Amino acid sequence: MVDPLLRVKDLVRRFGGITATDRVSLDVAQGELHAIIGPNGAGKTTLISQLTGHLTPHSGSIFLAGKDITHLAAWRRSALGLARSFQITSLLTDFTAADNVALAAQAHDGHSFSFWRNARKESGLRRAAQAALERVGLDHRADVLVSRLSHGEQRELELAVALATRPQLLLLDEPMAGLGITESARMVKLLQELRKEVTIVLVEHDMDAVFALADRISVLVYGRVIASDVPVAIRQNEEVKRAYLGDQHVVTAHG
Amino acid sequence: MKNFDMRTAATALMVAGLLLLPLYSQLSGNVFALTLFTRIVILALAAASLNLIMGYGGMMSFGHAAYLGIGGYAVGILAQEGLGSGFIQFPVALAASALYALVIGALSLRTRGVYFIMITLAFAQMAYYVASSLARYGGDDGLTIYKRSDFGGLINLSNRTQFYYLCLAGLLGVVFLIWRIVNSRFGVVVQGLRSNEQRMQAIGFPANRYKLVCFVISGTLCGLAGALLANNTDFISPAVMYWTRSGDLMVMVILGGMGTLFGPVVGAVVYLVLEELLSQVTEYWALIMGPLLLLIVLFGRGGIMGLLGRFSRG
Repeated sequence: MVDPLLRVKDLVRRFGGITATDRVSLDVAQGELHAIIGPNGAGKTTLISQLTGHLTPHSGSIFLAGKDITHLAAWRRSALGLARSFQITSLLTDFTAADNVALAAQAHDGHSFSFWRNARKESGLRRAAQAALERVGLDHRADVLVSRLSHGEQRELELAVALATRPQLLLLDEPMAGLGITESARMVKLLQELRKEVTIVLVEHDMDAVFALADRISVLVYGRVIASDVPVAIRQNEEVKRAYLGDQHVVTAHG
Repeated sequence: MKNFDMRTAATALMVAGLLLLPLYSQLSGNVFALTLFTRIVILALAAASLNLIMGYGGMMSFGHAAYLGIGGYAVGILAQEGLGSGFIQFPVALAASALYALVIGALSLRTRGVYFIMITLAFAQMAYYVASSLARYGGDDGLTIYKRSDFGGLINLSNRTQFYYLCLAGLLGVVFLIWRIVNSRFGVVVQGLRSNEQRMQAIGFPANRYKLVCFVISGTLCGLAGALLANNTDFISPAVMYWTRSGDLMVMVILGGMGTLFGPVVGAVVYLVLEELLSQVTEYWALIMGPLLLLIVLFGRGGIMGLLGRFSRG
């Protein structure tokens, strides 16, 4: 069997007495859209942060395409093709949308110890930025400062920035967070397109979106993976239903 | 007028004034003006170099005066040891500043925020005490430089006008260099790091490497100001490295407008001219200066450049 694109083995991360990630193991195959769901505080963002290198696990390991990346710095993981979007929008707010994306392209176009040429006039970077903005439907807002973009547009820009790094694996931390109904629908449509090109790990609360998109779903509760399977099996899983008791209707209501 | 920008106008006016100053000094016989403005231009250069890390890079260094001392001592010590050539003194001044910045930067950039401010301050104070203990080179009392840097027949630093224009060329050259840098790939990365370091790492930039290089460039440029300053005063002492001097430079940058190209130059001119005028009126000039600065910083976010910008927008 081929190596999975992402393999997480026995990952543990504690915060004081709380084990936020409790021996999590996870395989994400190439080309898959793998959703991670779980109630609030289940440790989803903690897990993502360890995958991207913003947080160091206490034990366990992470492999990207067979390579151990457990202790690599965040920027090195990015160089290997790992990109993320943030749950709480994290962009360069005093830059324009195009600048944000162009920087992402620049990060993956050799080093940036170039001190003389005007970076904003480099057609290669501008084209890459324009292309990524077009992908998410933001090209008409290219020259607007990020702080002036709407929340929905900022979420789309997060995605464009991640895409501009030409990733193998896209980690999306609640891309639908705070979006209205139409915006959410647009995001789902966009992810439908993207999944054809790139492997995606999707953390999301919006169950409609998750069940519409995911090839496989892992359910995280109190830091542990209690189930990892195809959507149909997850829906039937008794343990998942119990864990989601308060939210049970969310899992079952949408057939 | 729609396209009229007060900032551009003020900058152009100021640069024209600086260019014509020796002429005024000559015609009016006011030699003091030239002396004062030579010092202002040199400190403006230092402020501009600080602005590169503070305004564009978001690194609040509270130890920038250390480079004034290092550049100055390079000139002073070499002169004392009989090496009077500027072609040796100036490169050594720049190299020593770069080296100091590399070491201090590598250590300081492990910290953030207030800790970064404190650690840069601590290192600068260390440099101050090291200089004070250089018994051979005057220790606390400082070191008189009997002969200014010798550039052969190229330029005579002992000629007031020539020296002034050398300093002004240095200042304008440095501002031009910073303009190129901040718009280059490197500069965009540094400004991105100021805006959101976590995001920059997530898209693949090794943050500290870029910050360190920026720190070294800034320190090297300030070393140039140090070498010029020592020539201007014919004297170098530990006092130029004292922490209040670093504070002065920060005030100039903030007063003029952090992260604007000419802000530090405007800041230096306004700060030092005010200091000069007020100290002629009363010996308690700081009592007037303090509140004045406070007002500008409180009401003109973005300093003088910020104020001018808002006026232009109406």
